[in-house]
Amino acid sequence: MFPSKSDGTRVVITGVGLTAPNGNNLPDFRRSLLAGKSGIQKLNIRYMGEVLAGLCNFDQLKYQKKKELRRGTRAGSIAIYCAQEAIADARLDLACLDKSRIGVYLGITEHGTVETENEVYTIKQFDYDVKYWSHHHNPRVVANNPAGEVTLNMGITGPHYTLGAACAGGNIGLIHGLQMLLLNEVDLALAGGVSESTGSFGIFAGFKSEGALASHPDPQKACRPFDRDRNGVVVSEGGCVFVLERLSDAIKRVAKIYGEVVGYAISSDASDFIFPDRERQVQCMRLALNKAGISPEDIDIISTHGTGTVEGDIVECQAISEVFGAHPRAYINNTKSFIGHAMGAAGALELAGNLPSFEDLLVHPTINLDHLDPRCPLDNLVVNEPKKIDNVNYILNNSFGMLGINSVVIVKRFEE
Amino acid sequence: MTKEQIKNTILEIIAQIIPDEDLSNLKGNIPIREQVELDSMDFLDIIMELRKRYGIEVPESDYVQLATLDGSVAYLEPRMKKL
Repeated sequence: MFPSKSDGTRVVITGVGLTAPNGNNLPDFRRSLLAGKSGIQKLNIRYMGEVLAGLCNFDQLKYQKKKELRRGTRAGSIAIYCAQEAIADARLDLACLDKSRIGVYLGITEHGTVETENEVYTIKQFDYDVKYWSHHHNPRVVANNPAGEVTLNMGITGPHYTLGAACAGGNIGLIHGLQMLLLNEVDLALAGGVSESTGSFGIFAGFKSEGALASHPDPQKACRPFDRDRNGVVVSEGGCVFVLERLSDAIKRVAKIYGEVVGYAISSDASDFIFPDRERQVQCMRLALNKAGISPEDIDIISTHGTGTVEGDIVECQAISEVFGAHPRAYINNTKSFIGHAMGAAGALELAGNLPSFEDLLVHPTINLDHLDPRCPLDNLVVNEPKKIDNVNYILNNSFGMLGINSVVIVKRFEE
Repeated sequence: MTKEQIKNTILEIIAQIIPDEDLSNLKGNIPIREQVELDSMDFLDIIMELRKRYGIEVPESDYVQLATLDGSVAYLEPRMKKL
């Protein structure tokens, strides 16, 4: 448990800004999740031709000038949109905030591959003469770029950086923001994750070479975690930024509180570059439950990481069964089945999509589940249609990534 | 290219680099950076665009000659007249 439960050491979510392949704000995203609306489409990319991807269609010019767009990166643009929307959603006025006390902490899976591929493609047209390599390359590819662009756009002078954490990045950005609030490093954290991965042919090609790139005649049915016929990952872009505040500050300004982050854990498998490790996932979930001071029976919704790869889904199901028992009380869902794998944004987006459950008591489903893989025997998996339940007090959000990084976040319905 | 064509080409390149700026009242004899928001990275974009489009190399020591629109036309005219 956290050392103290005074209001100054409790951290709450008071704003959500997001862009997903099926929604550009939380209400729209939620509506899509409850309506079974996928955001996956066909995309033609360099060298690979047609692939399936999740693309976002937020208004880039809502918060940026054309010149900023030209100079910056897609990840930066996504981050700016989400951060600005989160501040607006939290009903905060930037002009009235001490901008030196705001921190920007964004999880990323990778950064710089898109921009580097573009430069190599450009100089190829000039017989690889490097004098055609852009002077914008370095500021675009530095790892802090997406968070840094947020500070430039919003005039934030507190700390900013990204957290490279593979596909666990979204959860880890959130966790880090919470930690910085508890350390009193900042008074407000803009924390979450972003992904521009659909701009990189290499990400698609890499998954294909691993035998883990999803394909399906119908793009919207391609991402099918736990289904017998799943065949891999659908790569997506997206972003989700939370406004995190200490409870005492949120109460003082009578903020809307989405939920309280009561538990979290990050751990490493130390076993393989790509294959997950059941035992470490078990430990990570238990550590988060322990930090929250609750038992598995207290969890109402488990938001799975499941990406639609054969091995990954099986291991996560085994881990959930070990922690929650063969017949868990909690309802289980998967958001990637709608939006694909939004990489660094995935953990944050998937948590955000579940937060409205505290109020509407609906659990959005896992879609595209026609034949449950017998190796993924999860009771209470919410399949294809939303499920109305009696109470939602705790949501547990799994997010795991390559090199064996595990992350779990537990959010509690807010009670004073 | 005529001087007029060169001038229009430069304006078109600048418009692409700083798309939010209104260039319609740009004075030819006043430094461009005093009239519109154009920083050093934007200026390097102009140099890069000249290189990519026309193979023109502008050495750093000559950058000062491209400070104004008129100066840019005068500097580029001998290099672009055969294009």
